[in-house]
Amino acid sequence: MEFRKDLFQNERDDNLNVVGKGVQRQDMPGHVTGRSPFFDDHAFEGLLHLKVVRSPHHHARIRRIDTSAAERAPGVKRILRGADVPVNKNTLLSLINFGKDDEPTLAVDKVRYKGEPIVAIIAESEAQALAARALVRVEYDPLPTVFDVEEALKPGAPLVNDTYPGNTFEYHEKYDHQKLRFGDVERGFSMAEFIVEDRYQMSPIEHAPTETNGSIAAPEQNDRFVVHSCAQGLFFSLGTAAKIVNLDSNRLHFIGGTVGGGFGGKVDSLTEPLSILGAMMTGRPVRYVLDREEEMLYGSPRGAERIYIKDGIARDGRILARHIRSYFDAGAYTRLSSYAAIKCTAHLPGPYTIPNVASDIYVVYTNRCPSTAMRGFGITAVDFALEVHMDKGAEACGMDPMEFRILNAYRDGDMKAHRRVAKNTALIECVQVAAEKARWPISEEAKRQSSLTGGGGARAEIPATPIDENGRFGRPDTRNGRSTQTLPAGTMRIPMTKQPIMEGSTDNRAKPPAVPQYEPYRPASAPPPPAYQPPPAPAPAPAAAPPPAAPAAPASQHGAHRFSSIFGTRRR
Amino acid sequence: MAKVPVQFRLNGSDRAAFADPADNLLTVLRRGLNDFGPKYGCGQGTCGTCSVLIDGELRLSCLTLAAACEGASIETVSGMADGPNLHPLQNAFMEHFAAQCGFCTPGMLTAAKALLDRNPNPSREEVIDAIAGNICRCTGYEPIIQAILSAARGMPAQRRS
Amino acid sequence: MARFRGRGMASVNYPIGMNLGGDPSQALIHSNPDGKFTVALSAIDLGQGMKQVTRQVAAETLGVPVEDVYVDTADSDTGPHDMGSFASRGTHRMGNAVIAAAREARGVLMEAAAEELEVNAADLVTDGKGNIHVKGAPSRSITVRATAQAAQFKQGKTIAGRGIFLIPLSSVDAETGEMNPNTAFAHACLVADVEVDDETGDVSVLGMSSAYELGRVINPKMVEQQLVGGAWMGISHALYETPEPYYPNPDHGPRDFNEYLMPGPGDLAPYSITILERPAPDGPFGGKGPGEMCANPVLPAIANAVYNAVGVRVNDLPITPEKILRGIKANGGAKPQHRRGGAL
Ligand code: FES
Ligand code: FES
Repeated sequence: MEFRKDLFQNERDDNLNVVGKGVQRQDMPGHVTGRSPFFDDHAFEGLLHLKVVRSPHHHARIRRIDTSAAERAPGVKRILRGADVPVNKNTLLSLINFGKDDEPTLAVDKVRYKGEPIVAIIAESEAQALAARALVRVEYDPLPTVFDVEEALKPGAPLVNDTYPGNTFEYHEKYDHQKLRFGDVERGFSMAEFIVEDRYQMSPIEHAPTETNGSIAAPEQNDRFVVHSCAQGLFFSLGTAAKIVNLDSNRLHFIGGTVGGGFGGKVDSLTEPLSILGAMMTGRPVRYVLDREEEMLYGSPRGAERIYIKDGIARDGRILARHIRSYFDAGAYTRLSSYAAIKCTAHLPGPYTIPNVASDIYVVYTNRCPSTAMRGFGITAVDFALEVHMDKGAEACGMDPMEFRILNAYRDGDMKAHRRVAKNTALIECVQVAAEKARWPISEEAKRQSSLTGGGGARAEIPATPIDENGRFGRPDTRNGRSTQTLPAGTMRIPMTKQPIMEGSTDNRAKPPAVPQYEPYRPASAPPPPAYQPPPAPAPAPAAAPPPAAPAAPASQHGAHRFSSIFGTRRR
Repeated sequence: MAKVPVQFRLNGSDRAAFADPADNLLTVLRRGLNDFGPKYGCGQGTCGTCSVLIDGELRLSCLTLAAACEGASIETVSGMADGPNLHPLQNAFMEHFAAQCGFCTPGMLTAAKALLDRNPNPSREEVIDAIAGNICRCTGYEPIIQAILSAARGMPAQRRS
Repeated sequence: MARFRGRGMASVNYPIGMNLGGDPSQALIHSNPDGKFTVALSAIDLGQGMKQVTRQVAAETLGVPVEDVYVDTADSDTGPHDMGSFASRGTHRMGNAVIAAAREARGVLMEAAAEELEVNAADLVTDGKGNIHVKGAPSRSITVRATAQAAQFKQGKTIAGRGIFLIPLSSVDAETGEMNPNTAFAHACLVADVEVDDETGDVSVLGMSSAYELGRVINPKMVEQQLVGGAWMGISHALYETPEPYYPNPDHGPRDFNEYLMPGPGDLAPYSITILERPAPDGPFGGKGPGEMCANPVLPAIANAVYNAVGVRVNDLPITPEKILRGIKANGGAKPQHRRGGAL
């Protein structure tokens, strides 16, 4: 690995003491001696083992559950059913008020995916728990299933998740998808020389950490419970478990932090609530660990995404308009998918400055194992689609792929599609360095480009934007509606977030004088105009009205819902 | 089920445990004897995190019946260091940053030790072969291969047994 | 029947942290009476190196050697609240919280030293080796150890600090998607060389080369770990991994590592990485976070390289031999495209 210290050199102070040094990891001695304490590496006297009965059906009504034989099986201490779970409906992001509770810990009347847990068995040994599991009799009435995200949106498709009757997550208590509207894509397409359109499909992916999901919960002194957890968010898991087992958060003592790989697959608290409940019910330590087959089949995967992209490109290679429609396959319950759509929306149209952008991102319920976060959540799949599409765009307009990216790359000062100005950009430099390393020939002009210059100006403007009310939930007839209104150029409707204030930096104490503090680079004077100017934002839609006097202030909150279904803030 | 006694040497000490006849060695090491060095990664023989040396041979402890180890000599990662002195492989793994989450590391080190014990100068291909049964989801394997090669290069002959 | 070489590229950026904000991280730091520090967190280290990143950030801010700092994580009784290790937020959010805590602790440390040396705290600096001295006068100095002892046993001062970093929750506009997302972006461009066999549809990755802009690199060894391991995962996602090979058909679920394919140690490709550092204005020492993006450019770069090699566009991941062979057949044979550049 090598450094290009010459680039952005005047934005850095490289004389730091330990930051920037490749010193040894604090945890490495533990790793190489086998002493790093993973959640399962704790001894308990009288440890019990928990295993769950899972649905063999993708979708079925539960007619009857008979655990009587299992209860009499050797070593069985306790059997848990849905009715034993104090709060048997939850959604992970309820901790930040995002979405409605939609998922039981143990299924009661219905199962909505193959592998959904129904009954938990706690026994003296794993083998006894497994043997008893085979004795649980569950009778099902299978229900029609849907596995394809676009099929699930059709009228008459089987209803997957009763909390969301349209088979989609509901955004802003209003729409069956999250919208992004910036400029007028239809006008952009009409002015384009080349139209490039395609469909992409990201596969589901297993996180496959070498350590499977699991936890051990045990009664602790002071009437509390200690929980050894592999959670990726300790307090996230603590909060989720406290809600489900209905305990005050300070009666749980979570210990973790040394985790055998996660990649997003250990955010869902798949095991903690049942381990704790088991410890509460038996008064003994309870260990619930997924075996590898469960981890592979029923530990939530990275969700599949289907993505449609349409680009309109000018003869000279500038992308004039980009439209994206994407479907996240959430599986049967929301987990974290609702958030990925927001993250994806903010990411579009990728690291490029495009004057007209629109996207519709759907989170769709299907009868498969609920998906969750994975490394690059909301981004990896769309980056695959966008960058393959960029390759096709370059080919369509006869440009070199590297040059095509440099031409369209975003630069400092450009307006992004979510209506915030780009700063601290460096895409162009990355492309230039990669081209140089691969001895991939690019033009002298492309080599001269810089992320620091050429942005802003016309490229910083928010264009007039037609908006629509398509996809009001419960109204599939509105899906292909027309725009209802055009927002004037410069319209912003969401207040800017305050700059974060760091506690401890503003008190009255004497300031530590030598704390290295990063000061963002501010050029002493305006930089000289570059020889080559990147294209200004080409042909934004003509302003329907003059920009409001104070564009930063919301010109009108009309129609602007706070993220209401999500944060509980109602429209004002 | 009636438990049966098993006795073996574990990292140089005589140890005994009562095991279910169907218990695998991994369970007995971890839950019976509190040696948490070997890890459960799959219980199916497909990941290598449970690797141990039984009488010097590389074995998957999840696929080995504990009762079958009566009288054997078992080495796990927990006994790899010589007191406070790390084994050259452990040092090399540190120097090459060959662990991230560290969960595969006990199995990797054990597989590597089995290799170097019988072949002190392995080629890159031989190293790859030796760890081909061990899954690592974090490192991309390259630092692990480098660490093993460098440990082999740097190991004085007398320490190689 | 032949093997065709091809080259593809992709460039990406990556948002750091949960983009709606509302994702706080807290940190606590305190000193033993002999000037050794403990950082108490509830952040999770799942291999990405959280313990070491925060340790270096704390040592740098405190102005003490890195060995004098240990990070204790994660115990909910001692470590204060943190949202968790996801969304590439750890280095950025927790790093900033640790800086805030370390600054506060350092403030007390310097006051205590000033009292011992009978100077103004503002005139003191640390040498990063365990000493505090008057700026420009290294001989007028006191050790961190003696300072901590004096603070504890003589002056009655707590050398400790609290820190929080919070980007407030942002709302999202229903009709336009306007929002205040994440605050920092990292960047990358990657070139991949592949060889495709038109008889078997097999793809081998011959080599990769990349440029990553990651803000300030806190620990280059750990960045290399992430980028190398992540690129391996990228190859794996591009060419191997799927639990549902005929998605959306839900059958064929894998049950073990024999049925769920990933490249092994014998399937690696040489990979050359170049790092650019454009510090994030709001990052810890300008740090961003490479943990998630390291796989992202690999997927499209390989897909583009496959097209370059045999003229087949595979739009559905993973790029299996079956899909390539079907594409070659539909095109009436391999259609190699224009070659680009020299060897990696
Ligand atoms: S646990 Fe033995 S091979 Fe995976
Ligand atoms: S270091 Fe995590 S599995 Fe190898």
